[in-house]
Amino acid sequence: MHAIKNNWWKIAGIALVVYVIAGGLLFEVPDLPVLRESIRNIYFHVGMWFGMIFILFMSVVFSLRYLARSRPEDDLRALAAVKVGLLFGLLGLLTGMLWARFTWGDYWVNDPKLNGAAVGMLIYLAYIVLRSSLEDPEKRARLAAVYSVFAFVLFFVFIMILPRTASVSIHPGVDGNPALATGDLAPEMRWVFYPAMLGWFIMSWWLYRLFYRMSRIEIKIREIRENQNNQI
Amino acid sequence: MEWRSKFAIGGVVLYLVSTVFITYLAFDGRIALQTWNALFWLIILFASMHAIMKSFIQESENRQLYYYMLASGKEVIVSKILYNSLLMVVLSLTGLLLFIAFMGNPLQTLTVFLINMLLGVVGFAVVLTLISAIASKAKNNFTLMAVLGFPLVLPLLLLLIRVSNAGLAGAPLAEAATDMLIILLLIFIAFTLSMVLFPYIWRE
Repeated sequence: MHAIKNNWWKIAGIALVVYVIAGGLLFEVPDLPVLRESIRNIYFHVGMWFGMIFILFMSVVFSLRYLARSRPEDDLRALAAVKVGLLFGLLGLLTGMLWARFTWGDYWVNDPKLNGAAVGMLIYLAYIVLRSSLEDPEKRARLAAVYSVFAFVLFFVFIMILPRTASVSIHPGVDGNPALATGDLAPEMRWVFYPAMLGWFIMSWWLYRLFYRMSRIEIKIREIRENQNNQI
Repeated sequence: MEWRSKFAIGGVVLYLVSTVFITYLAFDGRIALQTWNALFWLIILFASMHAIMKSFIQESENRQLYYYMLASGKEVIVSKILYNSLLMVVLSLTGLLLFIAFMGNPLQTLTVFLINMLLGVVGFAVVLTLISAIASKAKNNFTLMAVLGFPLVLPLLLLLIRVSNAGLAGAPLAEAATDMLIILLLIFIAFTLSMVLFPYIWRE
């Protein structure tokens, strides 16, 4: 009983994602020109980006908390969240590229939104590089947190403002958040779309917790080894 | 206090001259508008990277300790940003003159292009100063500076290139006003963030 009580949200997440995969692939979708059946990708592609933004936002929250309280756990949490964010971002890029191939005819087009996505990936890869080039854990945590906050705010401004002012963008969602505006999505698709978003949020949170606990266990193991070496 | 490393500035100016000269030789002086624009911004971007990188990395530990006793973190970052902005304004004007001298002057109206350029280099200075402070604390900081800096400067650069393309084509100031406002907003945000975040890097 205890396990179910604590882990109900994971079960809910699995159920939602299974439902989304089944429903997303099987349910009726409107037959639109050009898009055709590829519209089903919306449940996965958009879900990946929402999940990424959500988990990166959490990462910045942890970074800020680290700067405020200087507790090493917060740094580990921020790092774990960035890793999940990168994974989701990569999947978002892949699903997006596949979609672009079938609707726009090419894997990559020069478009403000796509460039924004690429910049985001570069920023967080740079974050990983920054971490690996610093050895002192306390210093590493502090500098990484500063960079993460600085970069995230600029990145956010970039993806929120720039695509809206650009004169041409073939990526949908120029005036608002794609697929959230009520007129955008066919009613039968909402039955899958909203659960999909929730499901991917839960998945990203769960993955983040796994990464975080893995890194804590690694640190524990290292400490134990060092203690053993000292005793010998 | 920055005048002490005068040779560093000389180095950047020389860098500007030689890159402009190389592009001149490579392109034989006949290039299209867009190429002119792209080359100009590339040169300015790399020059600013070089110039701003120096602001923290080249200082010895002892001198940093000395500043630490004299001024608070906020004062240090603000003065560094102001200095770097000034330096970049001077450098970009020199760069523009050189570029016009070697590559010809396609500018029909100077105002839009000039305002945009000045805004842009101040933007580079604001964003890159904090990055240079971060990079200076790490090993192999020259690579790190580029890795950390480029993705953050890229959005700014895209905007700048767009505006200056419009400026080259002779667009009136009003047309470019929104983009310039966004650039200003970016500068403002980066400046405030630097002020808030820098003390965390500084205290040690």
